[in-house]
Order: sequence, then C-alpha cells, then structure tokens
Amino acid sequence: MTVLGNLALWLALLVGVWGALAGFVGGLQGRPDLAHSARRAVLAMCGALLVAVFALEWALFQHDFNVEYVAAYTSRNLPIFYTWSALYAGQKGSLLFWATVLSLFGSLALVLTPRRHSDLLPTVAGVVALVASFFISVMLFGHANPFHRLPYTPLDGSGLNPQLQNPGMVFHPPMLYLGYISITIPFAFAIAALLSRRLDADWLVAIRKWTLLSWLFLSVGICLGMWWAYVELGWGGYWSWDPVENASLLPWLTMTAFLHSVMVQEKRGMLKKWNLALIIGSWLLSIFGTFITRSGVISSVHSFTQSSVGYFFLGFLIFAAASSYALYVTRLPLMISEARLESMVSREASFLFNNLMLLVIAFAVLWGTLLPILTEAVLGVKYTVLAPWFNMVIIPLGLALLALTGIGPLIAWRRASLPNLRRQFAVPATAGAFTLLVLLVGGMRDPYPLLAIALGGFVAATIVQEFARGARARHRQYGEAYPAALGRLIARNRRRYGGYVVHLGIVMLFVAFAGMAFKTETQAALRPGESVSLRSPYGHTYTFTHLGISQYDALNRQITAATVEVRRNGKPIGFLTPEKRQHVDGLGRPTFQPSTEPAIMSMLREDLYGVLGGTVNGTEQAVFRFTINPLVWWVWYGGMIVAVGGLIVMWPGGSPAARRSQAGYAVRLVGTEEKA
Amino acid sequence: MTRRHDGTLHVSRREVLTLGAGTFLGVVTSWRRVTLQAPDSLPGSGPSGRLWDPARAGRPLPPVTAADNDAAIQGIEKQIHCTCGCNQDVYTCRTTDFTCTTSPAMHRRVVALAQAGKSGQQILDEFVHEHGLAILMAPPKRGFNLIGYLVPPVAFLVAAAVLTLVLRRWVRAAPAAVAAAASGGPDATPEELARLRRELERLPS
Repeated sequence: MTVLGNLALWLALLVGVWGALAGFVGGLQGRPDLAHSARRAVLAMCGALLVAVFALEWALFQHDFNVEYVAAYTSRNLPIFYTWSALYAGQKGSLLFWATVLSLFGSLALVLTPRRHSDLLPTVAGVVALVASFFISVMLFGHANPFHRLPYTPLDGSGLNPQLQNPGMVFHPPMLYLGYISITIPFAFAIAALLSRRLDADWLVAIRKWTLLSWLFLSVGICLGMWWAYVELGWGGYWSWDPVENASLLPWLTMTAFLHSVMVQEKRGMLKKWNLALIIGSWLLSIFGTFITRSGVISSVHSFTQSSVGYFFLGFLIFAAASSYALYVTRLPLMISEARLESMVSREASFLFNNLMLLVIAFAVLWGTLLPILTEAVLGVKYTVLAPWFNMVIIPLGLALLALTGIGPLIAWRRASLPNLRRQFAVPATAGAFTLLVLLVGGMRDPYPLLAIALGGFVAATIVQEFARGARARHRQYGEAYPAALGRLIARNRRRYGGYVVHLGIVMLFVAFAGMAFKTETQAALRPGESVSLRSPYGHTYTFTHLGISQYDALNRQITAATVEVRRNGKPIGFLTPEKRQHVDGLGRPTFQPSTEPAIMSMLREDLYGVLGGTVNGTEQAVFRFTINPLVWWVWYGGMIVAVGGLIVMWPGGSPAARRSQAGYAVRLVGTEEKA
Repeated sequence: MTRRHDGTLHVSRREVLTLGAGTFLGVVTSWRRVTLQAPDSLPGSGPSGRLWDPARAGRPLPPVTAADNDAAIQGIEKQIHCTCGCNQDVYTCRTTDFTCTTSPAMHRRVVALAQAGKSGQQILDEFVHEHGLAILMAPPKRGFNLIGYLVPPVAFLVAAAVLTLVLRRWVRAAPAAVAAAASGGPDATPEELARLRRELERLPS
C-alpha cells in the first residue's frame, strides 16, 4: 500500500504541475482546450491524493509499523477513533491532509461555480493546482513523505500523544485546516479576477459562500481548540496567546474584516482595492500560520518537530506575497470606486473603522508573535512575549471593537441624520449605561470586565432592537404573528440577521472572557476524608472532600482517579473524579509521562475544575488544584451561536430583492438619484 | 408512519426529523452514563492507605505548603517564564500536569528569595540577572522595550488619523463627483429613471 501511496503522490504532483501550467496559460490566452485540461487535472489530482490518503489510512489501521509515520503516531491498542485521526496528528500526514482537502475544495469550486464565472475558472484551477503541488513537493522533497519506511519493524508503535487522545483533537485540527485551506478558493478567484482584469462585483458573488465557509470553519476550529485546551490540558484556561493560537486568529480577523467591507463594495461599489488586498492578505496569513506551526522558528507547544519544512514554507510565502501583490499593484488603476462617501457618519464609514480596528488587532497579534524574533535580530536577545503582553495590548483594542460592533448597525447607509442617530442610539445606550450602573452598584470595580459587560449590554440591546423593529414592521405590514414575523424576517434577509446572530455570539464570548477575571483557585494536599473550601465570585462556598483513590486499567492506559465530593453551601451537588493517566503500548510498556485529566463540573454561571496533581509518598494523600472559573459555558454557547449565525448567513436562498441589492445593483444610482 | 398500498412504509419528513432529534437527545443524555468511571479493577485499591502502584500516579509530590497558595508568590510566578519549554508561566506550569520538575524548582527559588526578605521586583530582577530578560513573560516596560508596547497603539492612532483624513477627502470630493455625474447625465431616459426609482423603493433598506 505504501507503494501505491508513493505512486499516487508522484502522479498527483505531475498532474498538479500540468494543471497549474494549463490553468494559467489557458486563462491568459483564453484557450478552452487548456482550460478543460486544467479542470480535469485538478479533478485527477484530487483522485490521486484520495488514493494516497486511503493508502496511509490502510497502513494506520493495519498497524504497519514498518512505516515510520504509523510507528510514530499509533500503537496496537490505540482506539480506532484516534487511529483514524492519526492521519493529521503529525507533520507528514497533515501535509497530505492539506493537499487532499485543497484539491477536493478546488474540484468542488470548479464543479459548483455557475457558468457565468467560467472565464475565471481556468486560473482558479491553476492556482489550486499550484498550491496543492507545492504541498506535495514538500512531502516528496522536504523529507516529509508519510510513506517513508524504516529499516526495521518495531513490535509496536509509540502511540498517540495522550493530549491528542481527546474528541476535541479529532475535530479541532481538521476544522482549522478546513478554514485555512478553503481560503485558497477566494484567493484563487481574486488572482483570476486580477489576471483577467474582471474587477467588478461579479467575482465577489462567486466567492461569497467560500469566504463565509472558510470563516465558519476557522471560527468553529478556534472554538474547538479552546474547548480542547480547557478540558484536556489542565491549566484551567482556554487561550494562552501561544504563537500557534495567534496564527489561527490572524486570518480569522482579516476574514472578518473582509466580510464587513465586502458589503460596502456590494452595496456601493467602493473599497475594491481594499477587499482584494484583504483576501490576498488572509490567504498569506493562513500560509504564515502553517509556516509558524511547522518551522519551529517561534517556540510553541503546538508546533510540530522542527524540520527543514519551515524553509519551504518561508520561500513559498515570500514568493506568493511578492507575486500576488505585484500583480495587485499593476491592476490598481482598474479598481476605481463607483461611488463616493457622502458622510463621515454613515454605515460605510463605520465599517471602515471596524475594518481598521480588526486590522490593528491583527497587526498587534502579529507584532507580539514576531517580537521575540525581532528583538533577537535587533538586540541579540530573544524576549518572551506571552499572555501579560497580549492582555495589556489587545484587551483595550478588543473593547473598542466590541463598541463598534454595536455602533455600526445603528448608523444608516450613505448618511445618518442627528434625529435618526438619536432614535437609533436611545435604547442601546440606555441599556449599556444601566448595565454599567448595576455592575457598579453590585461592587464590580475591575475596569476591563466592567467595560466588557457594559458594552456587551449595549451591543445586545442594538441586536434586540433590530430584531424587534423588523418583526414589528412585518407584523404591521402583513399582519403576521410576532414569532412568525421574526422567523420570516430572518429567512427573508439571512445575511443581515444571521450577522446579528453572530454579533450576539461575539457579545457572549466577550462577557465570558470578562468572567475569567474573577477566577479563584487553591491547591491542597488532602487525605481521604479531608476537605478544602473555596468561595466563588457569586458568594457561594464550595467544599471539596477527598473520598479516596482508585487505580484501574483501561484500553491503552493505567488510571489513578481521585473521587472528590463537592458541596455548595453545605449541600452535596456531585462528585469530581480527576485522573492521572499512564499510557501504555500494546505490550504494556509506558509510552509517555503520566498526564493529568481534569474533572469539570459545568454550570451556567461557573465551572468547578479539579486537577489531581499526584500523591504524597505513594499514599492516598493527594495533591489537588481546585479552580472556580466563572462563565466558561458562555464561551462554548457563544461559539455555538457564532456558528449558527454563520450558518444562517450561508444558508442558500433568501429573498430575490435581497440578492439583487447584494449584487451591486444599487451602485450606479447615486448620480441618477441626485439628478432626479 | 403509514403503509402504502404496495406494502412499503411511508415515513414523513416530520417523523424522520422527530426520530433524529429523539436519537440525538438520547445519545446526549446517555453520554454521561456511558462515560462514567469504571469500578476498581485491581487488588489493593482501597478507601485509605497506600496505592497499589504509586508509579502510575506520576512523580511523588511533597505536601502543599502555605507558600504554594500565597497570592504574592503566585503574582510573581505569573511574571516568570518557565524554562521547561511549556510556554507557560511558572505558576501555571507547576499547577497544571505536575510532571515538570523545572517549575517546582523555580517556585522553590522564588519562595526562598521571598523568605530572604526580597520584594517582588527584586525577585524578578534576580531571575533576570540569572537567566536574562527572556525569563520574564513580557519584556519590562522601560527603555527600548517600550517600542514593543507602543507600536500597536501608535499604529492604531496613525491609522485612525489617516483613515479620518482620507474619509474627509472622499466626503469633500463626493458633491463634485455627483455634480460631474449630473452634468454628464446618466445613460437613461427620464422614464427609465422613474421606473428605476420605483424599483428601488421596493427594495428593502
């Protein structure tokens, strides 16, 4: 099977290189024969890569430990679920996964894109084939071939890292990869539009769903990563500003900026240059993220082992950035705005300030991530730049962005009058001020959480106001009952109201982040029967009583579990069973150091988080860390709401009128209206 | 579910959805039961006393002391970067998986310095003296390092100022552009324009 896998990789590379050549030449010269050939090349490359994936999965499931990758990431007793996910657990397998999914997305784009955009498709095929060929080249020439065989066959493999043996890690990496990879499709359309000089709003229509899909995958991937970090790593948090976490946030921020500014281009024919730059930038940042993860150039717990693969990515990144922006600069004269900004107080201007804030945050994250390298280059000292720096710099910018999230939708397109502003802002501003007052009276003095929750109240009120006004208008106009009016309101304008649902999810996330400012924790060494108490920010007293320790075997691990009874204000509410796990291979040999498995009792307002550190001198006296984390569930609910909002926006259909207005129909009417 | 005249069963969409939702809820509610911890399976595990196999519980730990929970000590440790490669601060590392031996050693050093009467800043200075500036979780806010902190807010201010200026220019240019467009006249008859306006009014805002 490894022979088949190798053959499939070589075939995919050859077909991919041909597809890239045929695509670019066919697109530039308008040759339909080459265009067809490029399209078929992408489909063939996809087929060949799927065969390679099948070959690797076969080797994984057959426990062919003569294959280095199989021996490094699986063992005979690894659960099937994780044997499957070992495909992308390591550097080499994840490169194969990248190339395969990219060719799959490329094939889907070529098959599903309507015929009216067919003149862009040869170049799209060329870009997809080129990028996928690069990934295959890295596998074949960068010592990253997943089918590489060992000179001997181990009795059993090393097994998968215990921290990766969690459902979160089965879904988080592929989601993030899907997000990174799918950005290539809008990027390919952008390059096609630049090369073909078709820079109207039409190419935007072709990529709208792909951009949203990519953003949705990234959002879900990031949230799943936070969830995995929280339930698996044991440090009691979900975001540590690690370089690899930052790398995933960067394209998400620029994509979010694009999803806002693209509305201005669709409605008013403005910001063409800006939107193209954002799409190209987002894709480059996704490659940058891959470079960070794979090069080892920046210290990160998420990184794959340091290897020469990083240099390939750096070279590709420089080549792609230089060629894309060179092409972009040559086409700048063609990207003329079709309308003018009429007022500083308008939706267009607010979107621009929202874009500015998102990009400044992205820049700050990038700056902080690269600062260790920059200081080493300039000062000769590699500084550490982690959570304290990011919290100091990013939190104020994030709060400003939250405020703009509420302000933007309240301002009218083109020009907002003072009475209009007064009417729009009255309720939300009152809600924000009232929230602030309640918090102050309640004794909250910490400025950042105070502002975050008050601004959250303001933004939530703007969203409720928008839904209430829309539903009331439908009720009056069509006599619909309020629930039906609300449902139809969303169904008729999914993009607008789905967007508000996303904003609601973002508000919940900010409130949840603010909650972590009030976390409390303690360490204790308890003998069976002994207790320790902890007071929550809500005034409850939680008592944790150590009942005893059990040791038992599971499929591929030996477990030491403590049972802890939890009481709230003296009343029993349940048990926590934190564990220490010693993973073993099929022969019973320890494979990794013992890992901790936290126990979590989740409630709407706070989580109780228990970690078993170990035992004292081999007795049942155990060392625990207990933490009360306020509002953590809100992070997961907020993430779910963001995903639901994204799905509403993406859902096919919507009113024809809405589709017309989104396609730039209104753009050319500025002059005519003035004259009339 | 209804039986058709040819004997096959017809299942409506609603029934399929209800069945799907019921299955989903069933799985969700039973998940906790299924994943409940298995009972003891090895001899020697009991309510008290020694563990059957202490090695399985990881490195033996010393009992917790008052210094481990001291907020001032924790505050200092949260500013010191653990050198084990975890990319966490000393406090987080030593209280996370408890397998690291580097962060407990650094913790003991912090406690020893604190007990020797050193202030928080003096302890941090001591660590910087021993390990260099990279031992801090963030560079100190002084001298050349200030650039690292100031660049993002300065970038924001500059970008906001530039954006404001550009927007102003655009707004000032707008009436001229509109006038030029008006003098040139659109490529449409007054009837077409009137029809267009009526169509526009029908569009949602």
